[in-house]
Amino acid sequence: MKHIISVLVENKFGTLNRVASMFSARGFNLESISIGETEDNEISRMTIVTRGDDRIISQILKQLNRLVDTLKVVDVTHKPHVSRELLLMTLKLGKQSQQELFELINVFKAKVVDIKQKSITIEVVGSPDKINTTIDMFRPLGIREIARSGTVAMTRGES
Amino acid sequence: MRTSGQTMNGSEIFFECLRREKVEYIFGYPGGALLKVYETLYDVKDIKHILVRHEQGATHMAEGYARATGKPGVVLVTSGPGATNTVTGISNAYMDSSPIVVFTGQVPSNLIGNDAFQEADIVGITRPITKHNFLVKDVKDLAITIRKAFYLATQGRPGPVLVDLPKDVLNAECVFSWPETVDIRGFKPTVRGHDNQIKKAANIIAKAKQPLLYVGGGVIASEASEALRKLAVDQEIPVTMTLQGLGAFPGNHPLSMGMLGMHGTFWANQAVNNCDLLITVGARFDDRVTGKIDTFATHAYKIHNDIDPTNIDKNVKVDLPVVGDSLHFLESVLKELPKSRENRKPWLEQIAKWQEQCPLTYANDEKTLKTEFVIDEVSRKTGGNAVVVTDVGQHQMWTAQYYKFNNPRSIITSGGLGTMGYGLPATIGAAFGIHDRPVILFCGDGGFMMNIQELVTAAYYKLPVKIFLINNNFLGMVRQWQELFHQEKYSFTDLQNSNPDFLRVTEAFGLKALSASNPSEAKHAIEEALAYNEGPVFVEFRVIKKDMVFPMVPAGASISEMLFDRLNPKTMV
Repeated sequence: MKHIISVLVENKFGTLNRVASMFSARGFNLESISIGETEDNEISRMTIVTRGDDRIISQILKQLNRLVDTLKVVDVTHKPHVSRELLLMTLKLGKQSQQELFELINVFKAKVVDIKQKSITIEVVGSPDKINTTIDMFRPLGIREIARSGTVAMTRGES
Repeated sequence: MRTSGQTMNGSEIFFECLRREKVEYIFGYPGGALLKVYETLYDVKDIKHILVRHEQGATHMAEGYARATGKPGVVLVTSGPGATNTVTGISNAYMDSSPIVVFTGQVPSNLIGNDAFQEADIVGITRPITKHNFLVKDVKDLAITIRKAFYLATQGRPGPVLVDLPKDVLNAECVFSWPETVDIRGFKPTVRGHDNQIKKAANIIAKAKQPLLYVGGGVIASEASEALRKLAVDQEIPVTMTLQGLGAFPGNHPLSMGMLGMHGTFWANQAVNNCDLLITVGARFDDRVTGKIDTFATHAYKIHNDIDPTNIDKNVKVDLPVVGDSLHFLESVLKELPKSRENRKPWLEQIAKWQEQCPLTYANDEKTLKTEFVIDEVSRKTGGNAVVVTDVGQHQMWTAQYYKFNNPRSIITSGGLGTMGYGLPATIGAAFGIHDRPVILFCGDGGFMMNIQELVTAAYYKLPVKIFLINNNFLGMVRQWQELFHQEKYSFTDLQNSNPDFLRVTEAFGLKALSASNPSEAKHAIEEALAYNEGPVFVEFRVIKKDMVFPMVPAGASISEMLFDRLNPKTMV
C-alpha cells in the first residue's frame, strides 16, 4: 500500500543522496521525494511517497531513522494530515473549444500562470488524487508538457 | 599534548585529536594529498604509525586491531587510489560492525569536482558502506568532525566512519579547540532496553521447557560474556553461537553447542528447530544461520535483543523485541528472573542424544593430513585461549567447528562480507593489540595470495604471529560446491600448477618457514611455531585436496536438513 513519510533532516549537502541511495541499495520503492528548507534553516523537510507491505514500511522507517542526518521520521499515512502537490501544465491553444478549456480551468480552480498565442500554462495545487484527475480531464485538450512537484505533507495541528 | 587555544595547522590538529582519542596505532600509507600530515608525523613519537604495503591491508589491520581490543582502529591513506583501495576493508567492517575510522586525503577544495589528479569522490563512493562519513571543508570544523567520527564508530552498533581531508584544510591554520562533549541530534542509540519488555522476557525464560540462547557478535561488542554465562548457567539454557559470536560463551562448557547454521553442529540446528523459546541476543538472523526462513524455529516463541532496531523483524518475525545494548539486556534479565524455573533436564538430555547421534568427527590416518586435525591440534595445544584469525573458505568453517574458543574477542574473521585476503592483515592488526596470548592465522592458499604483500609488515615489525597456511592447492569451498552441485566441473578452482613455492616466498619476506605433510610432522611444526617468538613464523600444512566441510545445509534448505557426507543426508522432522 501507498505510504507518505515525512522526514526532518539536517540541511547538509549529501543528505538527499544518503536517503535516495539507501532506498536503491535496499530495493525499496521510491515514488516521489521532495525536499525543502523548514522554519529552521539548518533543517529540511523531506516528503517521501513509497509503497510496501507492513514489514517493508517498518523497515523503511527504521532504516531512515538509522541515517545519522535524519532527525525525525513520521509515517503520516494513517495520521490526520494534509498532503498537497503542485502541477504545472502547458496546453496547446487553437483547435479545441476555448470555452471547454476555461470551464475546466474553473472547475479545477486552476490558475493561469502564462498565456501565449499557441499555448497556455496553468497551475493546480491539490491532493495527488486531484492532480491525477486534473491531468486525465485535460488530456483530450492536448497536453504539451507536465511538471509535478511530488507530494509534500504535514500532520494536522491539534485543536 | 598541546592545549586548546593554540594556533595550529590542520595536520597538527589532526594528531592532537588522535591523542585525545587515545589512539595508539595508525595503519597508513603516505601520498601527495597527505604530505603535510606525514611532515607533522615525522616528529610525532607517542602515536605509532604502521606502514602497510597496500591500503586494503591497512583497513583489515585496523579491523583486526579493533576486534581484538575493542578499541577503534585507525586508517590513514591518501586521495584517489589510496582511498578507493580501502573500499573492501570498509565494506567488511560495515558488514561485521567493527569500529574503524578511516582518514583519506583529498585534493584541495578548489579542485574537488574537476577530475583533478588522484581525485576520487570517496565520500560518495563509501556512503552506502559506512555508518556515516564526512568531508571537512573548513579547518575550524576539523576537531569536532574527528570527535564525531570516533563517537559514531564506537557508540551504538559499531561500524566504520570515513573522514575526507582536503589538502588545503590540512595546511590551513586555526585556533585549536577540543570539544569535550559531543552531541549528534540524529544519532541517539537506545542503550537501555524497555523495562516492561525485559520483565516479560525474564518471566518467559523461566517458564520455558526447551529454551535456547542464540547469540552473536553483539554480545562480544557489548562485553556481555560474563552476564551471558551467568544467565545460561543459572537457567541451564544451552547456548549456540554465530560465527562472530564464538567465544561469547566458553566453547568447553557443557552448555555450549558450538555454531549453528549452514556449517553448524547438527545438535545446535536441531535445538533451534525444536526449542519452545529462542532467546536471540546480539545476532541478526543472517541467511547463513537461518537456512530456509519459513522453516526456521517455527515452534519457538522468539525474544530478540539487538541495539540496532533495523535488525528487528528484518528476516524473522519475533514475538518480543528488546531494542538495546546486550549487556544491559542480559544484566537486567538476570535481575528480573523469578525464583523458580522449569526443569530443563529432559531438554538437555534430548540435545545430548542429538550430539551422540551426529558428533563432529573426521577420519584421520598417519600418512595424510587433514585441516580438521591441524585445527583440533592447535586448539588442544593452546587450550582454546589463543586469538585466532581466519581467512574465508573451508578452513574458516573448520576453525569455527574445531577450535574451542574459550574467550570473547578471540575469533577474528570476515563473516558478513566473506572477504578473501582479510586474514593476514587482520592478524597483523590483532598482534599490535594483543601481547599476552598467541595470535594465530589459519588461511587458505587462495586467500593468502590476496594480501600477501603484508608479510613485509609482519616481518619488519617482528610480530610473533603464527601464520598457518592450509594448502590444498584448491579454492576448497568453491570446489566443494562444484563437486556437490555443479557436476564436478572444477572450473578455475585448481591452483596446483600455479601456486608458488610458499616456503621460498615466505623466506624471501624474512619469515621462519616450516612445513608438514602428515599428522606427526604437523604436531611438531605446531609446537615449534608456538614456541617461536622472535618474529612471524609460517607453517605450510599440505592437506588433502578432496576434503569437505560437513555437516552442511545446502543452499535454500531448512537447517534440519543436513548433509553428513557426499551421499548421506540426515533429516529430522
